Amino acid sequence: MIAAMIEWMMIASVRLLIGARPRARDREQSADQRIYVANHSSHLDAVLLSSTLPPTLRRRTRPVAAAEYWTAGPIRRYLIHSIFRGVLLQREGGRLNPLEPAAIALRRGDSLIFFPEGTRGSGKILRPLKPGLFHLARWFPNIDIVPAWIDNSYRVLPKGSAIPLPQPCSITFGSPLRWKEGQQQEEFLAEVRETLEALQPK
Amino acid sequence: MIQTRTPEVFWILGSLLAAVTLASLIGYVLKRRNPGNPATENLNARIRSWGMMILVGGGALLTGRIAILLLFACISFLALREFMTSASGRPADRVTLLVCNFVVLPGQYLLVGAGRYELFCILIPAYCFVPSAASAFTDTNRFLDRAAAVRWGLALCVYCISYIPALMTLRIPGYESRSALLMVFLLLIAQVSDILQYVWGKLIGRHPVSPTISPSKTVEGLVGGVLSATVLGTLLWRITPFTAWQAGLMAFLVAALGFLGGLVMSAIKRDRGIKDWGHLIEGHGGMLDRMDSLCFSAPVFFHLTRYFFSQP
Repeated sequence: MIAAMIEWMMIASVRLLIGARPRARDREQSADQRIYVANHSSHLDAVLLSSTLPPTLRRRTRPVAAAEYWTAGPIRRYLIHSIFRGVLLQREGGRLNPLEPAAIALRRGDSLIFFPEGTRGSGKILRPLKPGLFHLARWFPNIDIVPAWIDNSYRVLPKGSAIPLPQPCSITFGSPLRWKEGQQQEEFLAEVRETLEALQPK
Repeated sequence: MIQTRTPEVFWILGSLLAAVTLASLIGYVLKRRNPGNPATENLNARIRSWGMMILVGGGALLTGRIAILLLFACISFLALREFMTSASGRPADRVTLLVCNFVVLPGQYLLVGAGRYELFCILIPAYCFVPSAASAFTDTNRFLDRAAAVRWGLALCVYCISYIPALMTLRIPGYESRSALLMVFLLLIAQVSDILQYVWGKLIGRHPVSPTISPSKTVEGLVGGVLSATVLGTLLWRITPFTAWQAGLMAFLVAALGFLGGLVMSAIKRDRGIKDWGHLIEGHGGMLDRMDSLCFSAPVFFHLTRYFFSQP
């Protein structure tokens, strides 16, 4: 109940302060299970992306986040579990297969918001993509991978800032892609990278 | 005490709603006759947005003074957001922009709400060099450009727009409770003049006023729009504290300054390489695309009225 209210307030304030706006190309949001793949430059990115989805889809779309960051401290833990319903991955050490929690979520039928750069960047250029996305795409070749370019969020809330600066952001969704049988890791990641970069507004 | 639920207000809002309904019927017929025509689509989008703007503005007007102040504070906020996006994006300006958004803007509207004329009319012009100091600390690259953008943004989006609700603070003998109507008069003249400039320009426009800024602003549109707005202003003199010819003159000034405001804002857009300020209002562009004609006219209208008609 409280979590739902906090979530509603977050979405509302993101819409008001930042005016998140989905742009063309992929306006019709399909109810199919998807992996949204986006560039990452701000904590707002996941909220921004889900604020453009209709509520029914939003409830089943979970951001994939770094465990060591989001489990440090009670507020972060509350946010990631109860508000964002995040899927937490251990970036280093630990498990045999660090992607296991994401795979479990996909098997349950949830959609994912995945930031293949693995960390927040400066916002202007895409960092090298981590191989995790390739493995997920290969294990789930029937799930659409939807590229999304989040523009300007690094100016709203860059790494290290606490107060969001009101600035309009936009999200451009691209046409879905999938891993094709036999596609190598570099080839696949280069394709994702190109599609993402092509979505960047001039 | 300001009265906003007066017969005049109901009449004006009623006529506006009737006009929008008529316009959407015409738009519907055009769409049926000629489906998929982009010009008709844009016209219909504009009409829909006009309907929304009248509902929101009328709703705030009928609710009362605080709602009107909040509405214009929101308009300033959205306008400033659009303006600053096309301005500087350097990290060093972050603190300055936060101060503008969360200190200066609310401060200005609080002063307007409190009716402190001597403060709200100088807060931004006199003191708002100070926030730019924050930008200077770490980054002096193109500093004057960035500081100027901040000042212009505050002046146009916050200071000038706040003069519209500030009209409610004027005390005019024999007109005390009705000063919200001044605001209605100003908004109506500025917006109608915009529309009529567009319509006259489409109908008989041949000669662009300034080809470097905008080919769609024509001499014919300008003259036709400003003169029609002047006639409308004269006809509306009963809702103002002015006599008929004074109302006409005020309307003429508002329309002419509105044109100059639009021209200057277009020049800024040209300079930044953008066509519209944003996408907030369907068919119109951003908030600033709709407010640009009020930026120059609101303060002049306020001060002329205050100087010649109000009691200090």
